Amino acid sequence: MTPARVSLAVTAACAALAGLVLVAFSVGRFPVAAGDLASVLWASLTGTEHGLDPTIEAVVLKIRGPRVAAALLIGAALAAAGAAYQNMFRNPLVSPDILGVSAGAAVGAVLGIFLSLNVIAIQWLAFAFGLGAVGLVYVTANAVRGHDPLLVLVLAGVVVGSLLGACVALMKYLADPYNQLPAITFWLLGSLASANPDDVWSTLPLMLIGLLPMWLLRWRINLLSLDDEEARALGVETGRIRLAVVAAATLMTSAAVAVSGVIGWIGLVIPHFARLLVGPDFSRLLPTSILLGAGFLLGVDTLARTVARIEIPLGVLTAFVGTPLFLWQLATARRGWQ
Amino acid sequence: MQLEAKHLDFGYPGKRVGSDVTLALDAGEVLCLLGPNGSGKTTLFKTLLGLLPSQGGEARIDDVDLRARARDEIARLVSYVPQAHAAFFPFTVDEVVLMGRTAHLGVFSSPSRHDREVAMGAIERMGLGLLADSIYTRISGGERQLTLIARALAQDARIVVMDEPTANLDFGNQVRVLEHIQALARTGMGVLLSTHDPDQAFICADRVAMLHGGKLARIGTPAEAITSESLRQLYGVDVEVAQVETGSGARRTACIPLLQQQRPAAL
Repeated sequence: MTPARVSLAVTAACAALAGLVLVAFSVGRFPVAAGDLASVLWASLTGTEHGLDPTIEAVVLKIRGPRVAAALLIGAALAAAGAAYQNMFRNPLVSPDILGVSAGAAVGAVLGIFLSLNVIAIQWLAFAFGLGAVGLVYVTANAVRGHDPLLVLVLAGVVVGSLLGACVALMKYLADPYNQLPAITFWLLGSLASANPDDVWSTLPLMLIGLLPMWLLRWRINLLSLDDEEARALGVETGRIRLAVVAAATLMTSAAVAVSGVIGWIGLVIPHFARLLVGPDFSRLLPTSILLGAGFLLGVDTLARTVARIEIPLGVLTAFVGTPLFLWQLATARRGWQ
Repeated sequence: MQLEAKHLDFGYPGKRVGSDVTLALDAGEVLCLLGPNGSGKTTLFKTLLGLLPSQGGEARIDDVDLRARARDEIARLVSYVPQAHAAFFPFTVDEVVLMGRTAHLGVFSSPSRHDREVAMGAIERMGLGLLADSIYTRISGGERQLTLIARALAQDARIVVMDEPTANLDFGNQVRVLEHIQALARTGMGVLLSTHDPDQAFICADRVAMLHGGKLARIGTPAEAITSESLRQLYGVDVEVAQVETGSGARRTACIPLLQQQRPAAL
């Protein structure tokens, strides 16, 4: 693509995202007119009075604001982590779900809920278990030689994932059925309904810490998609870079899972689309994945709270939207990878 | 500038593939490694590149042991052309070649305008200018091999190690690759390559090393090393090494395999 076309595409994508944010603020059980939205936001930025119904302010700033911010952050984080995992495992089919990161983070977070810990402790438990899960999958897949590595990796992910699923089931069985069990179940289905400003502020730094090494190492991440020995012959210390990027991607995934619960498909489908749009170079793939991921989750979350009288769990909706998209990709884009 | 093995034992942890190999490659020299399947050619190359730890003895560049050198330092001294393979993601040819510049970049840096110019120069030198924007995964096997050689050129090392650069190529592309190898040596680069075709050693090599069962069976000029006796030892088949003069007067030594039916009664 020529630079002019790139900047045009970036501008269009940012404009579309901004439009989506406006729509997300406006629609819902309590519709907010665009003019009211603008005056509330202006008033909160400048610290002046807007003279409108205080309910409007509460809806915009206390309810929808954190939720929109959380959707943008989490969508971006899951998509960025997915793009990094796909490059690192040289495989456009891996994602935080398939590698067991989400399942591991879920075990950590459910354990946190089970032990009635606070959000920050839950995030760190989710991170530790997520890292443990991806490590276990990777070690298992490396230990089994003489088979198709892709198949072994996916199988190892399935096996580790089902073990972790059993751990979650055990904790659900042992949890207090009146307080903890509904919280765990609701959370496992994925939801941003309870997102509050504290969640956003405690998650944002973790996401940025995860994003920093990915952006700094963006050129070397391209080389991680080569054969390991080839990348080393080109001068890359693959072991260290891989460790840094796995830790960064797992941190982002775990931080997201700790706030929103398990939301699948974004880490798998969004980087695919980004790669179809801008190619595999990570310096373009990462920002594109972030933009698309943020927009996708915001759109799906807005649908989740508006299409039906009750709120649809996010994990359910992303699967309903993501599965057909993924199958369509599998059928049409396969030739592009090989 | 010299790539050197001194009594080198090579293999994988717990599995020795070969032992006691001593050889050296000088600047401007083409050294061709011959050996049957499974003789350890690729493993030897990987050990000489520091990709596998030596199992004994020494692998050195410029009299410094590889173990004392950092990964990117080695990559600035020796480039590697692996066998052309399928890639995992649809990078373009110029992106693949640009990856050769990585050893010259800081850990957190991306290629500069200068790096792009060097990569473009390597692409032009390999005659791939028209393919620069093509997707690497969609070009032919010969074009991929040339792309990987261009990547090694962009790496700007004085030594290049090529693992069977002519495998899987049609006749025309094989000849083109051999021509490029000779051209590289004329610019002062040292080239270490492996091949399955002893004729190629007569075409492009200054010296030939023969690897048999993980041991260096013979090393010398092509005329010294490649004889019907050494080829029988190496490959277990009968070959006649003959002087050929073409109609246009070109002289060349060629290896002519003797099939069972063609064998003279005396053999």
